[in-house]
Amino acid sequence: MKRYLVLEDGNIYSGQAFGADANAFGELVFSTGMSGYQESITDQSYNGEILMFTFPLIGNYGINRDDYESITPTCKGVVVHELARRSSNWRMDLSLDDYLKQNNIPGISGIDTRAVTRHIRSKGALKAVLVDEITDTTVSDLQKASLPRDEVATSTTSKAYSVPAIGKKIVLVDFGLKLSILRELSARNFNIVVLPSNSSAEDVLSHDPDGVMLSNGPGDPKDVPTALEMIRGVEKKVPLFGICLGHQLFALANGANTFKMKFGHRGFNHPVRELATGRIDFTSQNHGYAVDRESLKDTDLEVTHEEINDQTVEGIKHEIYPAFSVQYHPDAAPGPHDADYLFDRFMEMIDENKEKGKVSHD
Amino acid sequence: MTKRTDIHKIMVIGSGPIIIGQAAEFDYSGTQACMALKELGYEVVLVNSNPATIMTDKEIADQVYIEPITYQFVSQILRKELPDAILPTLGGQQGLNMAMELAKSGILEELKIELLGTKLDAIDQAEDREKFRSLMNTLKEPVPESAIVNKMQEAVEAGNKIGYPLIVRPAFTMGGTGGGIADNEQELRQIVDRGLALSPVTQVMLEQSIAGFKEIEFEVMRDANDNAMVVCGMENFDPVGIHTGDSIVYAPIQTLSDREFQMLRDVALKIIRALKIEGGCNVQLALDPKSFQYFVIEVNPRVSRSSALASKATGYPIAKVAAKIAVGLTLDEIINPVTGTTYAEFEPALDYVVCKIPRWPFDKFTKADRLLGTQMKATGEVMAIGRNIEEATLKAVRSLEIGLNYIDEPKLHQISDEDLEEGLVEAKDDRLFYLAEAIRRGMTIDELADKTKINLFFLDKLLHIIEIEDDLKKNINDSEILLNAKKNGFSDKTVAGLWNQTEDQVRKFRTDNKLLPVYKMVDTCAGEFDSETPYFYGTYETENESVVSDKPSILVIGSGPIRIGQGVEFDYATVHSVKAIQKAGYEAIIMNSNPETVSTDFSVSDKLYFEPLTLEDVLNVIELEKPEGVILQFGGQTAINLAEPLLAHGVKVLGTSVEDINRAEDRDEFEKVINNANIAHPQGDTADNAEDALVIAEKVGYPVLVRPSYVLGGRAMEIIHHKGDLDYYMHNAVKASHDHPVLVDHYLIGKECEVDAICDGKDVLIPGIMEHIERAGVHSGDSMSVYPTQHFSQDICDQIVHYTKLLAKDLNCIGMMNIQFVVHEEKVYVIEVNPRASRTVPFLSKVTDIPMAQVATNVILGKTLREQGYQDGLKPAGELVHVKAPVFSFSKLNGVDPLLGPEMKSTGEVMGTDKTFEKALYKAFEGAKLHVPDHGKVLITIRDSDFDEGYQVAKRFRDLGFLLLATGNTADYLSSKGLKVKKLEPKELHQMMLDKEIDVVINTVIDDKDHGEYVRTLAIAHGVTLFTAIDTVFGMLDVLESQSFYTKAL
Repeated sequence: MKRYLVLEDGNIYSGQAFGADANAFGELVFSTGMSGYQESITDQSYNGEILMFTFPLIGNYGINRDDYESITPTCKGVVVHELARRSSNWRMDLSLDDYLKQNNIPGISGIDTRAVTRHIRSKGALKAVLVDEITDTTVSDLQKASLPRDEVATSTTSKAYSVPAIGKKIVLVDFGLKLSILRELSARNFNIVVLPSNSSAEDVLSHDPDGVMLSNGPGDPKDVPTALEMIRGVEKKVPLFGICLGHQLFALANGANTFKMKFGHRGFNHPVRELATGRIDFTSQNHGYAVDRESLKDTDLEVTHEEINDQTVEGIKHEIYPAFSVQYHPDAAPGPHDADYLFDRFMEMIDENKEKGKVSHD
Repeated sequence: MTKRTDIHKIMVIGSGPIIIGQAAEFDYSGTQACMALKELGYEVVLVNSNPATIMTDKEIADQVYIEPITYQFVSQILRKELPDAILPTLGGQQGLNMAMELAKSGILEELKIELLGTKLDAIDQAEDREKFRSLMNTLKEPVPESAIVNKMQEAVEAGNKIGYPLIVRPAFTMGGTGGGIADNEQELRQIVDRGLALSPVTQVMLEQSIAGFKEIEFEVMRDANDNAMVVCGMENFDPVGIHTGDSIVYAPIQTLSDREFQMLRDVALKIIRALKIEGGCNVQLALDPKSFQYFVIEVNPRVSRSSALASKATGYPIAKVAAKIAVGLTLDEIINPVTGTTYAEFEPALDYVVCKIPRWPFDKFTKADRLLGTQMKATGEVMAIGRNIEEATLKAVRSLEIGLNYIDEPKLHQISDEDLEEGLVEAKDDRLFYLAEAIRRGMTIDELADKTKINLFFLDKLLHIIEIEDDLKKNINDSEILLNAKKNGFSDKTVAGLWNQTEDQVRKFRTDNKLLPVYKMVDTCAGEFDSETPYFYGTYETENESVVSDKPSILVIGSGPIRIGQGVEFDYATVHSVKAIQKAGYEAIIMNSNPETVSTDFSVSDKLYFEPLTLEDVLNVIELEKPEGVILQFGGQTAINLAEPLLAHGVKVLGTSVEDINRAEDRDEFEKVINNANIAHPQGDTADNAEDALVIAEKVGYPVLVRPSYVLGGRAMEIIHHKGDLDYYMHNAVKASHDHPVLVDHYLIGKECEVDAICDGKDVLIPGIMEHIERAGVHSGDSMSVYPTQHFSQDICDQIVHYTKLLAKDLNCIGMMNIQFVVHEEKVYVIEVNPRASRTVPFLSKVTDIPMAQVATNVILGKTLREQGYQDGLKPAGELVHVKAPVFSFSKLNGVDPLLGPEMKSTGEVMGTDKTFEKALYKAFEGAKLHVPDHGKVLITIRDSDFDEGYQVAKRFRDLGFLLLATGNTADYLSSKGLKVKKLEPKELHQMMLDKEIDVVINTVIDDKDHGEYVRTLAIAHGVTLFTAIDTVFGMLDVLESQSFYTKAL
């Protein structure tokens, strides 16, 4: 069956339908990762977005029960050059096609994804629809439509829950949490309480956490103003670690600014330098917004990490409080594990903070 | 970190002659490295014995030494040049081994020379089996257990230690004969008993069985700041068990989930960090297809064949970056030359699929053991790029130039199901074709996966291709079906076959329906950043990225995969032609399909199209680029074969006209040319069938030299002495037909020589005459040759020059030509004319200091020889003597008789230069690893017709103090002439060979008479210096005698 990818600037690409028999509307973004489509499609940071893979062959190893990054995927559509006819991997449960059907996500294949990528590179991320039929108003409707601004609300958990263990107590604020953050914390034996995105500082502190994590999530950080007050309340009291959207919110809460990038960073090969040590890691990234470097000048924040090519701010820390954040995903999945040491560093920070606490009590 | 300023002068060690497993890729990496170091301001001293390389061009390094890569010569150069450091990691295993030997000898310490890139202990840790195992244990990384044993008791002990099941492989047996899988000690005893008996070296290897695991490779880089990254991950189509050099390989990795991928990436990075390599490294891993269990198979602590492939597959110049890292630069300081805007600290993202298929020499070595295993057998490889697996695979298949355009081998249509099954399970070079045939016969891919352990994902791609084939057959002239076929890599020629049309008809139908390819850029970043790399591949998509410039352009066709007879020499000429085109003010565009070469480095030309070299693919590029013309003279037979069809499609072929090319290549036409010019040549004719051949042979007289027309490297060429043998040859060795006749010539015994000449239509420049050491009968590519000539009178040289000028003018040659002569009884005969650059161009260019391919290109572009400052005629020779020696890869190829003959067998060459003929010869022998000690034991077995000369050989060895051993008739003959000879029985001989008691083997008997082939094979298996042509032995004796004093009793 035919299906079309229509962009707001009037470009129409025709391809074959797969996945759900539905239309999709969202911002078209591309990811350059060559593996990990399962993790990306289920990454809630893609909420509201139509995800296009630049690697031409997608679905090669199917979908397995283990590698989900959320229980309910919220990306709006999937664009590929070629969908595997026959997937093969020992862990595979179902094909990508079946998975998208089950989750009501439409896909389109047979697209010259490189041409579309180059188009986005020059025009920036664009609004787009996936439709089975083109009408006279398809393009004009698309131009009029506005992208949702409540992606965090539609991604976060509605209720608090715990992931118990016998280690340190962590409150993880869920803005569209990737499960791999939980995996990394669990692997370090953290006793975790996950709270919804609209939790207040009091809510967070009521759990008496040893540390607080701000998760990743979709959309514009400025659409989540309630979180800023919470962060300001928490950072003074307990060590804090923010990832991706959590990083942007941490910056905003401390008086810095964020901006929308032309087409963002989505892929696994962005090299990030830690300024203090010169260490460079390949990082898993998925962000369309970034922290404005200039805006950090008059704040208590300082840049700790940057992308080596375009110097995007990739990590910051608070000069007074034990709080830091990174723009990329140290939890990887998909992508390299190079930066997972940050979770260890967070743990050390918690330990040091406790030591300090003891000293001051004495 | 920045570049080091405490070192100024760096020696780079090259990889020496091309052998199987160590080919043109090291010319590519070495050239890149030298240029990168020079760019950084270092003084570069290069040592490489292989003249047929770009890296040994004067401008690549400050000091270029074309000398044997042996301790004797390299240490001499070190003492003379006193470099501060050596970069050993870009010259393959040869370069690394040389560096190890130097380091262990103490000379580096003595001269305070540092090893750059990889430290000695890291090299040791990666290369030494036990050290490697212990390092992996420390890192907690699993390695498959294995052991080499020579006795039953050792085998049982090792077997019980490793655990069952075990793979048992006898060493040096045909097809691994006598091997098997043992599930318990009892089975092990049985198999080992048999294996030890069958192995000529009484040795078997035991290995923990990981058959069926996926084979995954990573190309990794690391700098001194411990930044590490993966340039490219690659996945083998063939599961573990077949050498990766003999495997079909895809990039990037296709069937691993991200979790599996990242797990293995972590291992690769952990290993390169543990070895503290500063530069590039290759890590090979095996992954269980049914769990997360994996093993580390191998680590190469240097730039490798795979890294050349990875460089071409991603656009990331590994060798260049590795060289810069070696002198202290870090990955985040080096600019990524592809984007020009980002840093080398970048893991490339691909948005296409790359397929590599090895090119095996079995078309030449028909008797070789074709079974694939842990010993690499391919001489070269092709790479193809597409937007899916099907497209990349089919493009690669048609790049192979094996007479098949598609995964359909007609010979397999008739074979039995049992034979088919065997071809699937016992992987040989042609398994891909067996798989396609099995699918056509209705075997399901699940059955195939079960039998072959090849991943279903890949097998489904083959199934898809066969389904499209069916679709095409059922829907003739259906443009939608055709478009789908084109997107999946089908060539017009294949479609034409399925539609019962001509290729031109399909092309017309396709272009009428506007089904045209577009060209996409290889940019390392999947389109994320703006790039200006002029590196393109064709595909059937919507957007074309290759912008045609306003500058007039010239297209050069490369020579495709490296094979016997068409080696790196042609890439050398291609690169030089490109340089000349650029200097002449044109845009130089190159097309080639070989990832190993310098010509496919995108920085060499103005534009690179990495495409198959078929008529369709070349025409497509021409239609887009509309070049001023095409140059075909430098791409060997691959390019020359395109001359006629390109002309027929209205393409302007520059240089010698297609008509004149044909006059040189077509037997009858050529006969007219030489008869008109009154040039002597061996009598002969062409035969369409056996009867004709016998009549011709009768007429011209035996012995006759027979060969099929239009071939390179003397394929299926033989010297035949008797009628019966000729009859057999015509019926069994060749398929003669009217279109493909067989040439039957009288065989003249005499000295052979050859010239390369450049003609501008008026003047003929002859840079030099090369005299062959071996007489006619040994293929020119397998002969040693010397420049200037040593044994020719002035009169003979004059005749050669005269004939060359006559032929160049009569054939209206514009550009290069090569002529082979035989000198018989002081008279010169022309044997063959090639209207193109030959394999001697790099050698002759270097020794005469005339950049021949550049001069010829200028001539082709309209600049006369005189305008370039050259004279008509033979260039006077200088004072030095230069000897070129062939190098063979027999130890890699079971079943190939090392006896030299009219069929070419060598894979590479070395050069020796010195002030006297004997010294130059000595260097050539040393470079070719034909070492003879100053005393020892010589085993002589010679054919009856060589007896006289055999006696002289024996006598001269005896006079030098060597002990003589001989077999059968030879021993009797030599004894009868009064020489002291020990006569050996085969069994005794075998034992002496095993005990390394024999130093030199001279063996010229044909086939297996007198155990000839058996003895030769033994010599190869045991690494004993072997001579199979009497003339080569005379050369060696000249050397030995020149090195020793004359002793005579009163």
